[in-house]
Amino acid sequence: MTRERLNRMTPYMFFGPAAVIMVIALLYPLGYMVYGSFRDWDPSQNISETEFVGLKNYITLFFDPAFRESLSVTLIFAGSVVVVEMVVGVGLALLLDRDIKGMSVLRTLFILPMMIAPVVVGLMWRFMYHPTVGTFNRTLDWLGLEKVDWLGQHALLSVIIADVWQWTPFIFILALAALQSLPRSALEAARIDGATAWQQIVHIKLPLMMPVLIVTALLRLIDAFKVLEVILVMTEGGPGLSTEIVALRISRTATEFRELGVAAAMSNYLLILLLFLTLGMFAFTRWQEARADRIAAAAAKAPEV
Amino acid sequence: MHDKPSPAFYALLFTLIFMAVGPIALMFINSFKLDVDIVSGTGGLLFLPTIQNYETALCDVLWYEPDHIDFCSLKFGGAFVNSIIIALVSTMLTLIIGCMAAYALVRFRFMGRDVASLTTLMVRMVPPAVLLVPVFGLWNNEFCLDKDGLIGGLIRDAFGGRGDVCLAGTHAGIILVYIAMNLPFVIWILQSFIVQVPRSLEEAARVDGAGPFQVFFLVVLPLIKPGLAAAAIFTFRIAWNEYLLASALSDRNTKTVPILIVNNMSEFNVEWGVIMATGMLLAIPPIIFTLFASRQIITGMTAGAVKG
Repeated sequence: MTRERLNRMTPYMFFGPAAVIMVIALLYPLGYMVYGSFRDWDPSQNISETEFVGLKNYITLFFDPAFRESLSVTLIFAGSVVVVEMVVGVGLALLLDRDIKGMSVLRTLFILPMMIAPVVVGLMWRFMYHPTVGTFNRTLDWLGLEKVDWLGQHALLSVIIADVWQWTPFIFILALAALQSLPRSALEAARIDGATAWQQIVHIKLPLMMPVLIVTALLRLIDAFKVLEVILVMTEGGPGLSTEIVALRISRTATEFRELGVAAAMSNYLLILLLFLTLGMFAFTRWQEARADRIAAAAAKAPEV
Repeated sequence: MHDKPSPAFYALLFTLIFMAVGPIALMFINSFKLDVDIVSGTGGLLFLPTIQNYETALCDVLWYEPDHIDFCSLKFGGAFVNSIIIALVSTMLTLIIGCMAAYALVRFRFMGRDVASLTTLMVRMVPPAVLLVPVFGLWNNEFCLDKDGLIGGLIRDAFGGRGDVCLAGTHAGIILVYIAMNLPFVIWILQSFIVQVPRSLEEAARVDGAGPFQVFFLVVLPLIKPGLAAAAIFTFRIAWNEYLLASALSDRNTKTVPILIVNNMSEFNVEWGVIMATGMLLAIPPIIFTLFASRQIITGMTAGAVKG
């Protein structure tokens, strides 16, 4: 092989292994799933033996009240989790943005919840929510208050609280990083002009942090659709369908009801939803970059004042 | 910002730390309690600590037989070994393959680069639940070696069993999914670290006669160690904690720890002490990583999000 040819092959040699793995274990399975979603498919069958049923699986799902229920549970869960986590996380970042000793210790302790296995998080919260021996009801009892049926009547709320516990630190750390990289000059100027702390937050800090915050919220939203284990361990989707998010329904349809075709169609619905979110994030960052370039160009052109 | 923090500030700080660490501490304490103590609820800290729960959990790898167990039903030790093998091997392979791919995307202009880059970015959002159905089908039916074939026949002769030799139920099968699942993220995060490596260093090495692989492994890799550490922790965390795909692909001998915990949870009468001990054992490696490498974790997180 000549040196020339070797040089031209180099990038492919570097990217090749990753491409092979992603094609075999991601893209091909995704294609297989789309193909399977048009078929009446039982786990015991090989896919070549299955019957083509067209859009039947998609249409059944569209009119299936249980699927609609789990779709709305998913949307409520993801939506409220992101809103609460953003408000609390950004709020805490604004409050705690000071140079104090031990900040790194605080951050270390804060990221513990999200490093721990979701299965274990579910397990801890299931214990704390336990109707009789759980920490919350025991505390309520001790205070002389009425016990709460956490994982029964308020299952969705309880699940949301657990997720907020686990993932608020993520928002907090990103918001804090964004805050600390703000241009000091703008804040200094505002302070000299006599802006109150609140005015500084609303008019300077939040607008300047906005790009990072929006990307963070979108990242978190996409991740909120992936949550499964925490809910599986805490409630198994129950009581009834009250906490059965789509991811959980997919796994139940595949393993319990043994309808792989329907589960594949469901996966595809979820994938399309996430695709839109990802495209939204992508479009936003592109727009943001273009805007930054425009501003920079305008600033370069403007005459010195 | 220059004013002295008020007591209320420290009170808030203390509450936050308590809220973040409290549940974990609770699990830690409860894992040393007998079920009687957990259920009776007399006092949080007044109890006789015991390692019985850990003995029950690890009964299949203990060198002695604890008195309180007649029959070792929880095969936790084996699952622990499976988890370690799967998490370590998949993390290492993901890192090697991922950093090479990231390097290719950052430093070379080649045909299909944009497609590769965009695809990598897009597949990052695929949830494990979406992969469940196709991976289950493929690993059981398609990614198989014919039992009458040469290699398949050899494996069947060596390990016994019936049917074709398939990826499902093997460590390799689970490792393959984990690598594929983590690659997009690793490539994405490492790109932002490789961009910062000064090109002049690479060129100097090239002038001295180093080939592209030498340049990469001897010059670039040592410079992106922090990025590699961050990527390694995130990859390990997912491979170590994942439940859904592992439960679909594993058989009796390749079960990982999360599967065991979920199986024991769904039974009606939960043995809280033992479950907490297993949970603690699963949580310890990530906790250790966090305590020793929180700086890298935070760098990785911000690099991932801010780059968009």
